[in-house]
Amino acid sequence: MNSVGKYFSDIFYGLKTLWKGLMVTGYYFVHPRQIVTEQYPENRKELQMFDRFKGEVILKHDENNFHTCNGCGICQLNCPNGSIEIITDMAPNEEGKPVRIIDKHIYHLSMCTFCGLCVKNCPSDSLAFSQAFEHAVFDRNKLTKILNQPGSRIKKEPKAPKPVLETAPKSNPAN
Amino acid sequence: MPFNIYDFSTTTKAIDTFLKTNMSPTWAFVTELAIVGLIILIFYAIIGLYLVYAERKVCAFMQNRVGPNRVGKWGLIQTIADLIKLLMKELITIRKADKLLFNIAPFIVIIASFMAIAAIPFAKGLHAVDFNIGVFYMMAVSSIGVIGILLAGWSSNSKYSLIGAMRSGAQVVSYELSVGLALLSVVIFSGSMQLSTIIESQANGWWIFKGHLPAIISFVMFLIASTAEINRGPFDLAEAESELTAGFHTEYSGIRFAFFFLGEYMNMFIVASLAATVFLGGWMPLHIGNLEGFNHVMDFIPPIVWFFGKTIFVIYVIMWFKWTFPRLRIDQLLTLEWKYLLPINLVNIIVIAFIVLMGWYIK
Amino acid sequence: MQEVELQDILTSREDGDYIINIGPQHPSTHGVLRFVVSLKGEMLDYVIPHCGYVHRGIEKMCERLTYPQIIHLTDRMDYFSAHMNNEAVSLLVEKAIGVEVPERVKYVRTILSELGRIASHQLWWAAFGMDMGALTCFFYGLRDREKILDIFDESFGSRLLHSFICPGGLMNDIHPNFQKRTKEFIKYFRKKLPEYDELLTGNIIFEQRTKGMGVMSRQDAISYGFTGPCGRASNFACDIRKKYPYSAYDKVDFKEILFDEGDCWARYKVRIAEMWESMKIIEQLIDNIPDGDYTAKMKPIIKLPEGEYSQRVETAKGELGVYVVSKGEKNPYRMHFRTPNFNNLFPISQLAAGNKIADLIAISGSLDLIIPDIDR
Repeated sequence: MNSVGKYFSDIFYGLKTLWKGLMVTGYYFVHPRQIVTEQYPENRKELQMFDRFKGEVILKHDENNFHTCNGCGICQLNCPNGSIEIITDMAPNEEGKPVRIIDKHIYHLSMCTFCGLCVKNCPSDSLAFSQAFEHAVFDRNKLTKILNQPGSRIKKEPKAPKPVLETAPKSNPAN
Repeated sequence: MPFNIYDFSTTTKAIDTFLKTNMSPTWAFVTELAIVGLIILIFYAIIGLYLVYAERKVCAFMQNRVGPNRVGKWGLIQTIADLIKLLMKELITIRKADKLLFNIAPFIVIIASFMAIAAIPFAKGLHAVDFNIGVFYMMAVSSIGVIGILLAGWSSNSKYSLIGAMRSGAQVVSYELSVGLALLSVVIFSGSMQLSTIIESQANGWWIFKGHLPAIISFVMFLIASTAEINRGPFDLAEAESELTAGFHTEYSGIRFAFFFLGEYMNMFIVASLAATVFLGGWMPLHIGNLEGFNHVMDFIPPIVWFFGKTIFVIYVIMWFKWTFPRLRIDQLLTLEWKYLLPINLVNIIVIAFIVLMGWYIK
Repeated sequence: MQEVELQDILTSREDGDYIINIGPQHPSTHGVLRFVVSLKGEMLDYVIPHCGYVHRGIEKMCERLTYPQIIHLTDRMDYFSAHMNNEAVSLLVEKAIGVEVPERVKYVRTILSELGRIASHQLWWAAFGMDMGALTCFFYGLRDREKILDIFDESFGSRLLHSFICPGGLMNDIHPNFQKRTKEFIKYFRKKLPEYDELLTGNIIFEQRTKGMGVMSRQDAISYGFTGPCGRASNFACDIRKKYPYSAYDKVDFKEILFDEGDCWARYKVRIAEMWESMKIIEQLIDNIPDGDYTAKMKPIIKLPEGEYSQRVETAKGELGVYVVSKGEKNPYRMHFRTPNFNNLFPISQLAAGNKIADLIAISGSLDLIIPDIDR
């Protein structure tokens, strides 16, 4: 009798568990508001990446086409796989002394691993991550970019303290 | 019967007399065959395509996503685009494959489902072939499909296909028993195998209500067994995508693959319409006993709408099963059939026979 | 089930065995892994795993990189436990040069590790459900994981490979919204996790496919080095967070989940229970992050003193060990990673022999293998 009882209780247990599973998918079927898909090419205008999104490395230029890169090459030293090449030149500054300026700041987007060491270690804080995410191109050579825009020069300004990213608000000290 | 306004048999009789007056009887017969054949072909193609679309949309909604919505408004032309793509693909011939069997296997699957559609009653008078052994005929022709599957697997000369086909053959042959016994329950209730008689006998209520508990048990078992028959849902081991690439139709490409694919969805339609006809009343509107007013209201909805509504409901349930449950392994599948479904079916049949003898059901 | 020695497996193919190849491209092996399977009808005779398709030479590359540069390579070994891999190398460097990180760093590192653990287990659940045939599980698991990826995206700028935990502390401070988002996520996920149970765990089909399958005894688990949730399902108490606590793990209260059946079902339940425990850990820490610096003062060029150093952490898959031989320079002389997936993969012949092909998929799904971790 025990096995007959177990036979039927197995059947009812099985049907009960299957019913619970059906309810979960049935719920989502009748609630189309739960759809999470983003319709990509149509929502490009509203798509906003987060502030810190690592899209690609850029050299920061202000509105007068000034940047702050002096060609020290620390980013090139820090890059683990050689995605940055610095070509410098000598040019006279305002006092007439020849100093090193940046000629070409070559960035290989195809090799970059987005580790962030170049941005973090730049002493003049001239590199940053932009939020561009559409990098697909048909020609691989387009992925090698020259970061300093034509005609831009280094901006000479008094030494400002390096800006710190906003931190989390003060919380209660740990007990 | 108050639904004479929707009676298609007047239309068909009119066409019949028109043809007979204008040509000799033989030619009229041949023309009728050609017309019916053409209608069924077009119907088959359209329903098959839109069932694929419906499945993709249903599964998308269950998975919190949108499904096809780019090709045409709401993605309605998506399957037609897929069909065009499949038609343009190269038909790869395999070295050392048995050419004759390899080529005829998809056709056998399609022929089996065509023959079954011929016997489905869509509405009063829209019934291509009204055998007096309707239920038996449907069971018999749908069993021809398994030959196509076995031939496909064997003639592909590939280990994966062979394994898939063998599994599928074992599965289909076992579950036919349960399907037959479940259908037999309604045959006992209504006393005839002819599909139109079964439908007429549901004029005062569908068998699933009139036959109370045993009929409900039969219905559930019919659903489970027929999902296994059509190689779908939790029983799709033969074409388990994540295990054996695509099972018995791995080596097929282009239009041959389209035939297998289409055949699977049409089999689903056939099985659903059989369930709707036998258990849920076919084209008969929902009548409750002798409530004249209620029945009269229900009769205003055309029978063909009732038929498609019920079929669509059963198709939805079959799709729901597929997208919720994990897959059964081959030995669990066979255990389910031989140790659970078959004994319960047999006991059910005996109970129903007893009930019919004692008259303990709503006549 | 026959006891098979690894040596015998690798040399035992004979003519007349019905061999099929599962992989390297296959929708069900999570990565590029090839199983050479010998079948007798539907039963498996033996399974030979062939790894190495994703070998990138990470350990060799580390020999010419400095320690901060090694961090981005460790991300790419087991990419779902990226934080924990980074933490392993950072803890080793800090221990070797004797620098003490601020409390804030320890708390944040622990929270990130636990979030990473939940994300990894969510993806495992999604892929396991899909392998079993319940295709909707894939989408539910990924949908919930998106919330964690949004948290990461906001603070670090990337969803999967962060390189955020570096020697000395963190690369940057966490975003102001981090705590709020994490608390929202915990609230959301507490409601969704029972749904996972209803859909897959409680399902009778799933139970029958995983109970009693691929049993690993405790002795074997210890001798193979079968760590992580797989080992804990065989009653091998190997949780590094409890045995050798690091970061803030000694300040939180959580259970070590142990089952003793050792089959696929137990491995499944361990991971689901671990998700609940991780949420408990995060809840205990998230409101109490102390203020302070997000990094300790480190020299610009880090040179480890001469000698050998090692560190172990508990990733989502098991115990990760890092071993460095340093000759006093800024590059390691030799760096070795003991990855959990490598040890979890090879007993598969013993686990799967005597079962059917469908069980091979179930077993390899329950082992939660990440192939780049095996190959490095």
